[in-house]
Order: sequence, then structure tokens, then C-alpha cells
Amino acid sequence: MEYFYAFIIGGAICVIGQILIDTTKLTAPRILVIFVVAGAILTGLGIYEPLVKLANNGATVPLPGFGYALAKGAMDGAKDGFLAAVSGGIKDTAAGVAAAVTFGYAIALVFSPKSKR
Amino acid sequence: MASKEKELNNKPKKEVAKKYEQYVKQFTPRPKYFSNSLKAFLVGGLICMAALYIQNMLVDKGLSEKSAGAYVTVILICLAQLLTGLGVFDTISKFAGAGVIVPITGFANSMVAPAIEYKKEGPVLGIGAKLFSIAGPVLVCGISVSVIIGIISYFMR
Amino acid sequence: MKNKLGKQTFQFPLKPRIIGSCSIVGEKEGKGPMAKWFDIILEDDTFGEKTWEKSESKMLKQALLLALQRSGLEKDQIDSMLTGDLINQLMPSSFMARDLSIPFLGIYGACSTMTESMILGSMMIDGLYASNILIGASSHYCTAERQFRMPLEHGNQRPPSAQWTSTAAGGMVLSANDKGDAAVTQGQDVKEIYITHATPGKIIDAGIKDVNQMGAAMAPAAVDTIVRHLMDTQRAPEFYDLILTGDLGLIGKQIAMDLLNGAGMDVANIYDDCGAMMYFESQDTHGGGSGCGCSASIFSGYVYKEMRSGKIKNALLVSTGALLSTISPQQGESIPGIAHAVAVTTEGGN
Repeated sequence: MEYFYAFIIGGAICVIGQILIDTTKLTAPRILVIFVVAGAILTGLGIYEPLVKLANNGATVPLPGFGYALAKGAMDGAKDGFLAAVSGGIKDTAAGVAAAVTFGYAIALVFSPKSKR
Repeated sequence: MASKEKELNNKPKKEVAKKYEQYVKQFTPRPKYFSNSLKAFLVGGLICMAALYIQNMLVDKGLSEKSAGAYVTVILICLAQLLTGLGVFDTISKFAGAGVIVPITGFANSMVAPAIEYKKEGPVLGIGAKLFSIAGPVLVCGISVSVIIGIISYFMR
Repeated sequence: MKNKLGKQTFQFPLKPRIIGSCSIVGEKEGKGPMAKWFDIILEDDTFGEKTWEKSESKMLKQALLLALQRSGLEKDQIDSMLTGDLINQLMPSSFMARDLSIPFLGIYGACSTMTESMILGSMMIDGLYASNILIGASSHYCTAERQFRMPLEHGNQRPPSAQWTSTAAGGMVLSANDKGDAAVTQGQDVKEIYITHATPGKIIDAGIKDVNQMGAAMAPAAVDTIVRHLMDTQRAPEFYDLILTGDLGLIGKQIAMDLLNGAGMDVANIYDDCGAMMYFESQDTHGGGSGCGCSASIFSGYVYKEMRSGKIKNALLVSTGALLSTISPQQGESIPGIAHAVAVTTEGGN
């Protein structure tokens, strides 16, 4: 059952993105920003957490999940003091960002762009 | 001259633009909303299911749920970046659209793609700077919001 | 002003000739419906170079040098060279020109560059400032894409109206009309091609802000220039065997047809668009081709060859350009469109 929810919720979030791509003139960076910020704000309002409980990776793998991790880290940190509230978001997402930066750099060193046929 | 054009010329600029945009619409094919959404749904859903499968596997091996989650994110990011480097990701996303753009894979792709593109401009101002040309705004906005949320929850606790 | 007709049109009493031409296209374009008209089709879009800008530069240079070779002239007989492309500070053009030691004028007219260079070159010859002029334009999918749109490997979905920047270059040699009529190329009798009129266009901005709607942004400019040209020269559209716009693409072509129809001109049989001709539908370019090289390669490939063989007698070439910059869409600006027309004929040399 948890696989079913992961599939449905994850797919549904992607459909929202597809509708944004097809019906608006939003460029890719804007869509990414909208999703992450929306995820963070919904988490702040306590709306996203139940979705994560229900769908697990279905809600954490799409980009709002990144916003969720950022906001969740900050909110958890807030329990330990002001400094932890400020740094919590970055701390909780550090693994993903660090991997993306380092591995991304390595990939860029190795590969070259190809012309499209 | 064209009566349509004359009609357009006599109106204020904004109205002309609006009218012309309307006129242009009849010539513009629409995206295949339904099939695009269906593909995005299936591929996006499958990626999330696969992520859950890997996560469960890692938890079974004794990792905490939190670090298993982090590992899954890292795996997805590296996979997407590798596919981008191989020149396959854009082919997949042409088919799946938001199905691979909205999951964290899209974020990973948006870091590597410009970095590869600007490789020839050097390792610092080329790759180093361009890694963040699309991902930068995402991180800036995301982190800023998280800090604001953190501060608000600190004062509301 | 004896050489100006009507409001916007120049006539060239000395009728400069096009005496040599060459077109080079990339791999994808070489698989399209126009393939047989191109002189060189690249097997690899890098053209053996390390950067895309160098590849584009080399394409343009090759096109110019081959056009020169075919004209039978030597490099030091060329008085001036006018070329342009889409890239910042005209990098492919200027960097190509540094090896040629020919007086060089770089021009930017976005995708209208080919006819812009034809107009200026013809004026220099007609004004007796030059006898032989080398003109050309180029574009490359990989250089334009990363400058104006998204990186190549970025996974974005292109909307149905998006156009595909053609990897292509075209070069021509314009020459003073002073050697009589007998044109013989490679042992064959061929027609001479004369440039008789040119109509530089006004910028028309219909308020389109969507960068994926280039065709729609340029179509009003193309129609304005065509209508103005016909009025100034007092010609009917039927005078021409072919009216060919630059790169309005599939959507822009339909809009231009509809607008021309609205102006009472039935051009269905004689009108076409390079962007719409460049690719098969199965090549999945959505809106068709664009880029300076699109019209440059089709003018110097298809049109030049068909005129040489006498199949086309009178043609009106109208390259169209979308004069946006890389930052103007971000500032919320709409896209200024432009179109320049050049009338070429195989009849009535002196």
C-alpha cells in the first residue's frame, strides 16, 4: 500500500508540474523555484507533513520534498535555539546538495555537451 | 494594406499586442495536455516508487530512516547527473516532461547541464559558476524561505 | 534620389550579380527535405573543432571560401566582406575574418542578416565603392541554444511553437556587372543572377513576449516589408516566381499567409518560408527552423541553384529577424521583428 501511495502522490505532483509547463510560459528555473518554495511554505503551515507520512518518498522525492526538508530542518532546529533555527534547513539538506555539487562538478569535467539530432 | 493590420495600428500598443496574441493563438498548435500529463504521472510515480523501494532496502540493512532517505536522494541525484553527462537525460525528459523535471532528478540535471555546457570557459568561471546558474536561484529562494520559517517557529515555540 | 523608389525601396541600376555561392549545413539539416541543395553536409556538428563557436566560425569561413572559389575570383580581388551571425559580439564572424585579411564589416540583424548583407553589399557595388563583395551569415544550434535558451543537456520540453536554430551557413560573392552576359560555370551554360531592388524593413513589434513564438513575432514585419516592396516597385505579387521569407517557421508562415491574404494578395502558389522548408515533420523540430544560417543556406543553396538553372526567374528574398537580446525577455520586453527584402532576377542584364 505504501508503494501505491508513493506512486499516486509522486505522480500527481509531477502532473501539477506538467500542467504548469504546458499552460504557462514559466521557464524551467522558475518552475523549480516555485516547487521548492511551495513545499517549504506548505511544510511551515503544517500541510505537507501529513502528505509525507502518507506517501513517504512520493512526497519527498519531488522538489516540494526538498522544500519540505529545508523547512522541516529549520523547524526542528528552532526547538534547539535561534542559531539552529537558522542553520537547520541547510544542515538537513546538506548531503543532497553536497553530492549534487561535487558529483556534478566531476561529471562536467568528464563529459562534453552533444549536438542534438 | 491589410484591414486587420490597419485596425491593429489605430489602437493603443497594449491592445494591439493583446489582439495579435489572440489572433496568433489560432495558428499555434496546443501541447498534448492529456498524454503529456499521463506520461509525467507514470514516470514521476515510478521514480518515487523506486526511491521508496531503495529506501526500504536500506532500512532493512539497518540504516535509520533519515539517513536512508538522504542516501536515496544522493543516489537519485548522481544517477540523474550521470545520465545528463551521457546525453540521455534530455531525451528521457523530452518524453516524460515533468515526470523527471519535478523529482529531485530535475534539480540535479539543472546543475550539470549548464556546467557541461560552459566547460570550455574554464574550471572556475565556467563549470564552477554555471553549476549554479539554474540551481542557484532554487537554493537561494529555498534556503531563504527555510531560514524565515526557522526564525518564525523559533519565536512561536 | 534617383535610386530610391517610393518610401523604402532602393533600385540598383548597375544590377550587381551573384557570381558564386556556397551553403553548408549540419547533420540534422542534412537529413531534411532540402538536403540535395546544400553543397556540404557536416558529418559531425563540431566540424572537428573544440568549441561550438569555433565550429560555427569554420562553417562560415568554408562557405565564404568555397563561394569565392566558385566565383573564379581570387581573395585579393575582394574589396570587402560583410557577414554576421547570432552570437555575442559576432564572435564566429569576427574570428573567422581575422585569418582572411579582407576588409571586414560585421553586421547584426539576427536572422535577417543574409538579406541585410546582400543589401549593403549591393549598395557598395552599385555606389561604385567596390567591385567584388563577399557576404554571408551563419548560425549553429549549439551556440545559439546556450546563449538564447537552455543548455543542450538540460531536460526541458520545448513547446509546439518553439523553433530549431539551424546549424547552417551560406556565403555569396556579389560582383559588379561589368563582364558581359556570358556566364559559364563548370562548362555549363547557366543564367546570370542580378540583384535589382532591395527594401530594408522597419522594425515592427506586435507585442509578442513569448520567446517560443518567434515566427509570430516576425510575421507582421515580413508582411509589412513585402507589401511595402510591392507598392514601391509597383509590382504585383505574381511578378515573382517565388517569395521566400527567412525563418518564420510553420506557425509564422501561416500567419504571414493569412495577413497577405487579408491584404488582398493571393500568394499561396508562390510563397514559402525557409524555416518551414528546412526539416521534415518527423525530425521533431516543432515550429521549424530559425537562425541566420537557415535563410542563408537556402538562398545560397536552393534559390541560387534553381535560378542558375533557369527554373526560377524572379524571386523576392525576405530574411526575417527577431531582434531580441538575451536579457530583453527577462526585462519583460516584447520582441521587435524585422524583415529585409531583396529582389533577384535572371532577366534583363545589360
